[in-house]
Amino acid sequence: MLGLNNKDTKLLIAVAVLTLLAPFILNPFPADSAMAQFNAGYPDLMQRFVIFGIFAIGFNILFGLTGYLSFGHAAFLGIGSYAAVWIFKLFTYNVVPAIALAVIMAGLFSVVIGYVSLRRSGIYFSILTLAFAQMSFALAYSVLSNPKFNLTNGETGLQVYSGDLQMFHRDSLPDLPHLFGLSMRSTYNLDLGAWSFSFNAGYYLCAIVLMLVFYLSIRIFRSPFGLMLRAIKSNQTRMSYTGLNPRPHTLAAFVISGMYAGLAGGLMAAMDPLAGAERMQWTASGEVVLMTILGGTGTLIGPVLGAGFIKYFENIFSKINDSILHEWFAFLPDGLENFMVFIVHPFIGKGWHLTLGILFMLVVIFLPGGLVEGGQRIGKWIKNRGKAKDSGATTEPAE
Amino acid sequence: MDGLILQILNGLDKGSAYALIALGLTLIFGTLGVVNFAHGALFMIGAFCAVTISKILNISYEVVDPNQTDFLGNPLKVKTPYVESWFGPEMGTSIIDWSVPLAILLTIPVMMLIGLIMERGLIKHFYSREHADQILVTFGLAIVLQEIIKYYFGANPIQTPPPEALQGVANVGAAFGMDLPYPIWRIVYFCFSLGIIGAVFAFLQFTTFGMVVRAGMADRETVGLLGINIDRRFTIMFAIAAAVAGLAGVMYAPINPPNYHMGMDFLVLSFVVVVVGGMGSLPGAVLAGFMLGILESFASTTWATTTLPGINQIIIYLVAIIVLLTRPRGLMGRKGVMEE
Repeated sequence: MLGLNNKDTKLLIAVAVLTLLAPFILNPFPADSAMAQFNAGYPDLMQRFVIFGIFAIGFNILFGLTGYLSFGHAAFLGIGSYAAVWIFKLFTYNVVPAIALAVIMAGLFSVVIGYVSLRRSGIYFSILTLAFAQMSFALAYSVLSNPKFNLTNGETGLQVYSGDLQMFHRDSLPDLPHLFGLSMRSTYNLDLGAWSFSFNAGYYLCAIVLMLVFYLSIRIFRSPFGLMLRAIKSNQTRMSYTGLNPRPHTLAAFVISGMYAGLAGGLMAAMDPLAGAERMQWTASGEVVLMTILGGTGTLIGPVLGAGFIKYFENIFSKINDSILHEWFAFLPDGLENFMVFIVHPFIGKGWHLTLGILFMLVVIFLPGGLVEGGQRIGKWIKNRGKAKDSGATTEPAE
Repeated sequence: MDGLILQILNGLDKGSAYALIALGLTLIFGTLGVVNFAHGALFMIGAFCAVTISKILNISYEVVDPNQTDFLGNPLKVKTPYVESWFGPEMGTSIIDWSVPLAILLTIPVMMLIGLIMERGLIKHFYSREHADQILVTFGLAIVLQEIIKYYFGANPIQTPPPEALQGVANVGAAFGMDLPYPIWRIVYFCFSLGIIGAVFAFLQFTTFGMVVRAGMADRETVGLLGINIDRRFTIMFAIAAAVAGLAGVMYAPINPPNYHMGMDFLVLSFVVVVVGGMGSLPGAVLAGFMLGILESFASTTWATTTLPGINQIIIYLVAIIVLLTRPRGLMGRKGVMEE
């Protein structure tokens, strides 16, 4: 279907079903039960899952296929956000032109930055992208927000004020980002017994975009172009000996992934019309690296999983506090309970980054393929166990 | 003229910090071939050694002094640090006053130990893996170290004053008839870092151990075949590099109150410094460190910021981009290092 083979079609359908039914899947616990804090089915968080999923898919096209580790991708996300908010300020709250401009601007910037950075490879490439991103961050934070020429509004972040031009804005349209009149904030709440599900217009816009770009990334992975990118990763010298110039391919991959980042930035601004410089800081670039690695570099579904995983646990772990811990360990004797709370305490709440760091290190050390490899290993193990039972003897599978 | 020299002086303290961190990074890279993203965290831990020492020295007990009263008429509780009661009030106060230089004594063994544990426990397993993997695992380690520090010391910067004798401003140009007011502690920091850099170079140049290490950097395999346990020496060099980063941090604490993310801030810049200096070149790292520090200071002058707004924020990155594009191996890089 759609030019995909059987396996990829299944994957695409699985992703489509998961994203479309996410409000149900992420809300498995009744709204007023004790477990309700593990629900992730509210619009804000779901939007973040999907937007960072898009960001990570794009990053994976560069890092997963070509092996070029960019430490400055957040710059494109920030540029996308700024571009989108400027459309809101000057023309209209309609999200279509905003997102389009976000992608175009990010694309233009990534052509320039990519052209320069890709002249070097390895650690030098990482440092160059990092340098460009930090430069954009510093400029957006300070210089581009002087009173004479206020492009970014500095520390406060760029936002829409009532005095802004908004040329094509009419009173009949909502005063928030909208899709031809459908406000991104409009949410339909469905109460089914004790459960409550919310369907948010903004989330579904993001979800549809995610499906489109996911499809695109499958096509890229399976295309001759994708094969070329893999050749760059495995052996660039050999590739150039066969008469192929690797640089245009790498640049194309860089620009595509930059545009994905811009798209994510534009969507972020469309969900919440605000753009801040901290989105461009290198820690933000580091985050997308973490997501991609954690999920599984070079796999199709990995980056989406990684993004969802990190955003979910960031949200849940930061919510857990000591009293919840005491509830959990209440079945233990008092001394032991306090001890357990004491042990777990540094890893929760504000200490979430500690957990993330440790988790990330464990993944890099033991599971270089990320969550996807973990899943495959478990799958294989179950399969082998089943086989072993059938044959009644444990045999080593032939390599 | 005075202004020019003052700007150079202003660049020296930051430049010293860059040079020291870049030196450590290059030592690790040159010996073990590992790109250590956790090096900034080591710098930060060094700074927090100073904080820890000054906290430990200030541990005190309370006595109710019946002779003194507070403004409500209640007897005043007087806090006396244990150090003062052990060594007498005068000696005690001066020990507390000199807590930052004293912290050096703690920093060296602590940092070497951390370095040893890091190398043996983690980085050893990453020699045969890609550079990207090394970057990622040390990046993860940096996050972990940073969060641990944040957990114990909080997120706010902690003021750590230098000894009273070294506070204030001195006129360093007085001998040459120039007016150059400059904070004394920064002069101390600069001299200290020159001392450390000199010590590292002398160690590599004039000791047998250093000679073997240099031989190992040039050709690890041959040195190994000669029956020398080069791995152990490289491990020790890792510990020394960690100690250098720690020392840079400990003395930097009075200049910039330590907070948990200072390591990351310096790390990004130090990497730029290393790349500008040339991967694997020790003199290059030191030279580029001072050069970029001074350039940054010149870019921060009012003249520069009014002609080119924001130049002070981006100068280092700009220089890095220009250097990398015109001299791909950096200023003093050797051929064949980090090239595919």
